[in-house]
Amino acid sequence: MPQVTFRISRGSTHQDSQFVDYQTDITEGMVVLDAVHQIQEESAPDLACRWNCKAGKCGSCSAEINGKPRLMCMTRMDTIPTDQPVTIEPMKAFPRIRDLVTDVSWNYEVKKRIKKFKPRKPDAPDGTWRMQQVDVDRVQEFRKCIECFLCQNVCHVLRDHHKHDEFSGPRHYVYTAALEMHPLDTEDRIKDVKDEQNIGYCNITKCCTKVCPEHITITDNAIIPLKERVGDEFYDPVRKLFRIFRPGK
Amino acid sequence: MSKYTTHEYDVLVIGAGGAGLRAAIEASGSGVTCGLVCKSLLGKAHTVMAEGGMAAALANVDERDSWTTHFADTMRGGQYLNNWRMAELHAKEAPDRVRELEAWGAVMDRTKDGKILQRNFGGHKYPRLAHVGDRTGLEMIRTLQDHGIHQGIQVHMEVTVVELLTDGERVIGAFAYERDHGRFVVFKAKAVVMATGGIGRAFRITSNSWEYTGDGHALAYLAGADLMDMEFIQFHPTGMVWPPSVRGILVTEGVRGEGGILTNSEGRRFMFDDIPDAYTSSTSDNEEEGWRYVTGDKSARRPPELLTRDHVARCIVREVKAGRGSPHGGVFLDIAWIKQHISDSEAHIKKKLPSMYHQFKELANVDITQEPMEVGPTTHYVMGGIKVDGDSQMSTVPGLFAAGECAAGLHGANRLGGNSLSDLVVFGKRAGEYAAKFAKDNSTGQVNDDQVSKIAAWAEAPFERGNSGENPFTIQSDLQVMMQDKVGIVREENELNEALDALEKLKARAEHAAADVNRDYNPGWHTAMDLRNLLTVSEASARSALQRTESRGAHTRLDHPDKNDEEAKVNNVVRKGSDGQMLIERIPITPIRNDLQQIIEENK
Repeated sequence: MPQVTFRISRGSTHQDSQFVDYQTDITEGMVVLDAVHQIQEESAPDLACRWNCKAGKCGSCSAEINGKPRLMCMTRMDTIPTDQPVTIEPMKAFPRIRDLVTDVSWNYEVKKRIKKFKPRKPDAPDGTWRMQQVDVDRVQEFRKCIECFLCQNVCHVLRDHHKHDEFSGPRHYVYTAALEMHPLDTEDRIKDVKDEQNIGYCNITKCCTKVCPEHITITDNAIIPLKERVGDEFYDPVRKLFRIFRPGK
Repeated sequence: MSKYTTHEYDVLVIGAGGAGLRAAIEASGSGVTCGLVCKSLLGKAHTVMAEGGMAAALANVDERDSWTTHFADTMRGGQYLNNWRMAELHAKEAPDRVRELEAWGAVMDRTKDGKILQRNFGGHKYPRLAHVGDRTGLEMIRTLQDHGIHQGIQVHMEVTVVELLTDGERVIGAFAYERDHGRFVVFKAKAVVMATGGIGRAFRITSNSWEYTGDGHALAYLAGADLMDMEFIQFHPTGMVWPPSVRGILVTEGVRGEGGILTNSEGRRFMFDDIPDAYTSSTSDNEEEGWRYVTGDKSARRPPELLTRDHVARCIVREVKAGRGSPHGGVFLDIAWIKQHISDSEAHIKKKLPSMYHQFKELANVDITQEPMEVGPTTHYVMGGIKVDGDSQMSTVPGLFAAGECAAGLHGANRLGGNSLSDLVVFGKRAGEYAAKFAKDNSTGQVNDDQVSKIAAWAEAPFERGNSGENPFTIQSDLQVMMQDKVGIVREENELNEALDALEKLKARAEHAAADVNRDYNPGWHTAMDLRNLLTVSEASARSALQRTESRGAHTRLDHPDKNDEEAKVNNVVRKGSDGQMLIERIPITPIRNDLQQIIEENK
């Protein structure tokens, strides 16, 4: 492959950023992250980019490539058009630190507020539990999450409406669903899902599911079941009636 | 003097992979204040890349397993250079540490009767690795992370430590910078736990990320600690070899544990051609028996693909050198062949090895359920590290503890797959426990302002060099090529001497590494500073490799191809001399306890 132009968004804030063009040689099998590294080595050692594993396992190198939210390490150059400049921008739903790096610390704060795992008493005298594989398959799907926060990035409640103070976003619904559906867990988080995490803001456009590099079916398997549990617990007419007669329940 | 902010803790943990997180959980749980410094974001440390599993003699799949067998396997795998006390503690305590992860929310794969499932791995006599498909490390780090955030641990993300602060002999804190805006930080601590991982970035072909620059090794060394066994660097036999940009990325041993076979360009399963004496009685000599083993037949012996990593890597190098390699200089690793035995092999492979399937599909355009992978050795792990006391994990410097990959001892000359994840939690816990105890017994040390201003000036220096300085990436890349070439899988005296000469020149160049623009999230600046650590660990490895005139475990000398009984009695230790030169000392191995020796004999 020939020289390709990369149009990289640089700057310390989203408002004051500008695109800078860099040319670099592309060889067989290269991914976008390789190109960014090559540009760092050749012409821009101060170009900021966050990465670790380069194998799609750590979720550090999230960015928007030609406008599409992806992991740079898993985007092969031969899958994107190179006859025109390839644009690389940081995620938009989080404040920018520099160039392609954003401040994602908000996600860590949100997670801390979700009630932790609380297992039932062990099943066996030696302190261990028994679980069937079929009962943990769903939870294991959620636990594949690599916390790349691409789902948060595309969620319009966060990206366009900036409801970071009220809405915890798809990543944390997946996290909560993994806890709620864990066969051993005894905690109840459904009231919080409704009142603190405000799952009602989600209108299931499935943008999060589409961008998940781990192919977790976020909307169908995590968000909708949580919405159903909220519905069952708080909006079921029969239960509502019960609550009138048994206040506090 | 440069400005800095100060944080004060009883225990400071540097590194937030499995060992660091486990140490922090233990320390904070025992009633002391604890700060946790991570070079990256929380949950992104190298543990996340561990694939195959966590070795622990739970005996869920084969009731014959016990800590004694695990201990004997670990010692045999390490060619008896291991710290036997650590091997003993590890084998005894790993099952509890695995069960504890389950109590904290980990969801491991299950047996039919609902227990934690265990799989086969190289060098382990019985199926012993608790796992989650091929993403066990992610499960471990997420479990520890999600448990740890409710423990009151103060987490400092994207902060890099550049020097340990000392008060007399004792370590009393650390000097660091924050990645986002380059501000300096001083951590004062009564005890410090190093859990910084490995040194893989010193080599060109590696499964390790940019973080793995030997920080813990080098910082401890510079603070006066002993490093041990630095000649033993594990080259994992199966890394990707094609395309070039993914060269070195790990292909889990779990592929072979699930029945994957290694073949050369002639289609021959070459691992049958050379089975070491210590393993002949436990290794199958025909394909049919090997298959029965991986499908759980307890009377069968394991296939030769599951021999130890050092041996498999050497066999692959042999095939490639003999001209029987794959088109891109590796050999073939084939899991697709199991369709001869399993009707729904495609679904089976995707279920057992999901991330391998995606990795090859997305990065190499190879469907592993249909065709073989091309693989070759990749720098993966360093057995050597900070010399520690087996029980407490304290280094030779008071107040400085180490756990996980940056500590030495457990693995000897070669680590068994799966023993790393269990190492992290067993010795992470111990380091946290004993560091907390040390903190309770000792007062805060006195920070030496002179040391702080010197290191701050050193950190700022790359910006002062401007255009006269050299691009740090070029120096790093030259170092990686040189180390791969001269201190790689096979070594010899003249090449190791050349490596030491080359390192002197690279050190001089590193003093001129320059950075530009400003201190905000500036990778060029970070690399300029990382060079010092990379060069320190590279020198330690080259010197130790030169000292060991034999081939043992992961250390192969062309000029000394055999084992040497005299060398079997010593560990090589490096430390900083008073004039700043690196000294090397041969330390006799402590004679093993009789009961442990007996266990080894019984398992031979």
